[in-house]
Amino acid sequence: MAEKKRLKDLTVWQKAYIPEIAKGLALTLKTMFKPKFTMEYPEVKFLPPSSYRGRPVLVEEAGGEERCVACGLCARVCPALAIEVQAAETEREKERYPERFEINMLRCIFCGFCEEVCPEEAIVMSKDYEMVFNNREDAIYGKDKLLVSVSQLQDRINFLRSHK
Amino acid sequence: MLIDFILIPLVKILIIVVLMLLTVSYSVYFERKISAWAQNRIGPNRVGPAGIFQPFADVFKLLFKEDIVPKVANKPLHTLAPILALFVAFTTYAVIPIGPPVEIFGKMINLAVVDVNSGVLLVLALTSLGVYAITFSGWSSGSKYSLLGGVRSSAQMISYEISMGFSVAGVLIFAESLRPSDIISSQSGWMWNAVLQPIGFLTFLTASFAETNRLPFDLPEAEPELVGGYHTEYSSMKFAGFFLAEYANMIIASAMIVMLYLGGWQVPYIETLGLSAGLQASLQIAAFFVKIGALLFFFIWVRWSIPRFRYDQLMDLGWKVMFPLSLLNLVWAAILAMIMN
Repeated sequence: MAEKKRLKDLTVWQKAYIPEIAKGLALTLKTMFKPKFTMEYPEVKFLPPSSYRGRPVLVEEAGGEERCVACGLCARVCPALAIEVQAAETEREKERYPERFEINMLRCIFCGFCEEVCPEEAIVMSKDYEMVFNNREDAIYGKDKLLVSVSQLQDRINFLRSHK
Repeated sequence: MLIDFILIPLVKILIIVVLMLLTVSYSVYFERKISAWAQNRIGPNRVGPAGIFQPFADVFKLLFKEDIVPKVANKPLHTLAPILALFVAFTTYAVIPIGPPVEIFGKMINLAVVDVNSGVLLVLALTSLGVYAITFSGWSSGSKYSLLGGVRSSAQMISYEISMGFSVAGVLIFAESLRPSDIISSQSGWMWNAVLQPIGFLTFLTASFAETNRLPFDLPEAEPELVGGYHTEYSSMKFAGFFLAEYANMIIASAMIVMLYLGGWQVPYIETLGLSAGLQASLQIAAFFVKIGALLFFFIWVRWSIPRFRYDQLMDLGWKVMFPLSLLNLVWAAILAMIMN
């Protein structure tokens, strides 16, 4: 077996130490002038790609009503038990609608199962990642906060269709 | 009489202290900025344009923090240590001339607070007192980490002070005086000591890194192993005292290097340009600050490039490399002085 050269075996040049220090200094000096990648968050916001799983939202049709038919599959599949749906009847064509639809954002793990299981494409993951609340009650998002118009979610819906 | 002995020194002291405090706070700012640049970050940029008021925000934050003294601490010494550190750091600056003697309102004014004939000796003596600050703080905190930091610091400072002293001796052979202004005027033209005695310059530079406890010689602090070393048990303004003293020491070290090796406030061959006296003097003062700024940048740059020494490596370097090298430099300086005379 050939003698393995160890890292410890330095050449005389390396043992002199100063040239190696100069190399290190040159490297850091070079780095100082490299472009920075930092995004200065509150001023510059991150625009997620369409594959991003942000806050789950309910799709609101152009007429101002939700797509959801309150089948309860999302609540059933939710591993964190974050979704609560209460169905009610309606005169409209779809016959059922959620009277109450709540997602507890403290429980939500952003897995996207609800979106995957939804037969109506009614709940999708948005690009919204800015969720702030000061107490536990505020963390339960009701229909008022969950409904987002379909035009804003087109990107994600197209993504879902192309990856089915 | 009154003006000469009280008013002028007081004004000088005021100017020096304000300058020092400003430089110290901005070297903290640049430390953070340069570290950020070296790590592909942006650095502080929230307080004021490009974060230039960050140092003041830092100081106010520290002022409003609770001052905690450990129950087992030796209170008088615990309080004395940061005061001593600051005192040593700020007093030293008195003997360093920031420019040539200038004529203001018909009076020749020396641009050092005092121009003592043993200035270099005074600086060396005072900086060695700095060890006491660190050792006291380490010992009086009643914490094993602080104690280890203090012990390491005293061992390190003693080891590197020797090579520092011998390097200075090489400079003194040429200057034939301990007076700072004489040392500076002995380096006129291209005859900077850094050129004449490169080995001495290198050993002095390395020793000043060790004396100021800067990385790669920051074993007394060594965050990962000693959780902050000698200032583990300090908080609020006492911690700020050590923090400021470290940067003040850096400035002192830079000023010493400039004075001893880089020709002080001199700009080579500026006399041949035929400028007016006032312009020449202000250019020379500016040159002094540019040199100090460059060295401070170097201090910070090195900190963010080179990893810390192991303790045995530190001692090996101090005694087996630095000490013989500084002796060699002394011999070289003596031979050079003989040839040149």
